[in-house]
Amino acid sequence: MKLLVPVKRVIDYNVKVRVKPDQTGVDLANVKMSMNPFCEIAVEEAVRLREKGAASEIVVVSIGPAQAQETIRTALAMGADRGILIQTDQDVEPLGVAKLLKAVVEAEAPGAVVMGKQAIDGDNNATGQMLAALLGWPQATFASAITITGDSAEVTREVDGGLQTLKVALPAVITADLRLNEPRFASLPNIMKAKKKPIDMKTPADFGVDVAPRLTVLKVTEPPKREGGAKVADAAELVGKLKEAGVI
Amino acid sequence: MAEGLDFDGLRPRSPFMGESHATWRAALRRWIDAHIMPFAAEWDEAGAVPRELFVQAGDFGLLGAGYPEAYGGTGRGPDYDHFHGIVTSEELSRVGAGGITAALMVHGIGLPPILALGSDEMKARVAPDVLAGRRQISLAITEPDAGSDVANLSTRAERRGDHYVVNGAKLYITGGCTSQWLTTAVRTGGPGAGGVSLLLIDAASPGITRLPLKKQGWWASDTAQIFFQDVEVPVENLIGPENGGFFGIMMNFNSERLGMASGALASARVCVEEAVAWARERRTFGKRLADHQVIRHKVAEMVRRISAGTAWLDQCAWQVAQGGTPVADLSLLKVEATNTLEFCAREASQILGGASYMRGARLERIYREVRVNAIGGGSEEIMRDLAARQLAL
Repeated sequence: MKLLVPVKRVIDYNVKVRVKPDQTGVDLANVKMSMNPFCEIAVEEAVRLREKGAASEIVVVSIGPAQAQETIRTALAMGADRGILIQTDQDVEPLGVAKLLKAVVEAEAPGAVVMGKQAIDGDNNATGQMLAALLGWPQATFASAITITGDSAEVTREVDGGLQTLKVALPAVITADLRLNEPRFASLPNIMKAKKKPIDMKTPADFGVDVAPRLTVLKVTEPPKREGGAKVADAAELVGKLKEAGVI
Repeated sequence: MAEGLDFDGLRPRSPFMGESHATWRAALRRWIDAHIMPFAAEWDEAGAVPRELFVQAGDFGLLGAGYPEAYGGTGRGPDYDHFHGIVTSEELSRVGAGGITAALMVHGIGLPPILALGSDEMKARVAPDVLAGRRQISLAITEPDAGSDVANLSTRAERRGDHYVVNGAKLYITGGCTSQWLTTAVRTGGPGAGGVSLLLIDAASPGITRLPLKKQGWWASDTAQIFFQDVEVPVENLIGPENGGFFGIMMNFNSERLGMASGALASARVCVEEAVAWARERRTFGKRLADHQVIRHKVAEMVRRISAGTAWLDQCAWQVAQGGTPVADLSLLKVEATNTLEFCAREASQILGGASYMRGARLERIYREVRVNAIGGGSEEIMRDLAARQLAL
């Protein structure tokens, strides 16, 4: 079975982001970029599924600027077989991404799409669900465990009350949660070999998808500064303060 | 030329390094930052690196970097040449804990003689375990009465039937207490270089006593005194021809010196990085330390020496990559690199003042590692003498 794993290039999770002075977005100049951590978990899961014999080929696809090739190379170093870059400097919104992925799915005919539940830049948590809807496929989101048997997958999800297990018919869209696995460090030899694996270069126009934005960002601002706290002597004072603040 | 005053900016851009080296450097740095950097001070104080680090480094491919693919290494080619080796040495030195490198990469001197001179059976028996991090191998040459003067070593191996009987002592053996294999120089023949052989000795053999030595620096790596009393070694553990070991020992030195020079120059870059970060923060007499002329000159001097040394390092490595054996250059490069390290460790410490004397930081550890760099792998005095001889003075 072939697995399709979409990956996104985002600001590295260790970087403390700065808002641009004109409040139009986040400053990306000279900022370290990496693969979205949830995408990395999805790649790891795909590689593990292949190691268990549940998958035969892993194709990674990214939508983004030319540098997103590095993100694809990271996935190839972890064990994916080949990549597709749909190159655009446009910031593509979830629906645009889902439409492009649908086109890739139609061309590649994978047995499942395994992807991150969200990207840490926009935190939209929308693409996987939209893709499943566009394809008319079952979806199993926020996976913390995946078992594939024959033509179906059992997916465990962490829900408020405990664990929920879904059984979905394949092909399906499965999105990865944080605790699905701990991604491996690609080994030095695999990193070097990944440079020779093929990456297909495409553009949104090749798939006839219009990726022009439908949303307008009005303003991006810093979160409010955290203010210093105060110590209270006893519960009575605490209640008094809370009343004062109008919280209770 | 230097393009900045941090670790990367201080390295003159190499005309011999390209995209493949950049990929290698980025991959190594990511792994080292996750697996070594956060624990460096702790391991140095503890006097050892955890056993699992060897296996992790084996899985990652660090231990096998540049070694034959047949034994689990990366092989050599466009994706691993001498400059990838320099990058590896530099990135490990960025941790500022030479003892961790000495412990983890101890096979870098112990294994090459086996791969160069050993039988196919011996290579297959030793190399895969070593490159996977399951077993370690140390090089045992120096003796209480013979260090750089290898031709005069006196540990004796006498052939008796199908084994040798080894008697003698070795000193200052890196990893000697923990390694399972010892690539050992012994005297099998008459006096001088022509009577020296290399033997692969199982460190668990009866008759071997290993004692740890306390050191000024390199705490994370053990250094041993090893005594051999009637130790029986099977003849198939002879590395290369009998009485032909001297060549194997000498050959090792060239790559060791290139590695030590890159490590020393990279450590010097760490010194400058730490000193500059401090000098930009710390204010005295109403201005930043970095605004005092005396400090600015110190930094410029350090940059000057690192730039010159690193440019020469690249030139030497290029010569080696072309198949050359520039012994005089490599010897003097090592002197230049460790002199630069000594200078930068001193000057950076002066800039940090009291903070440089407190344990737990990179600069303080590097200061304690100056001597092992300047003496180990051929002292400055021996290096100058060797160069003068090579240049037919």
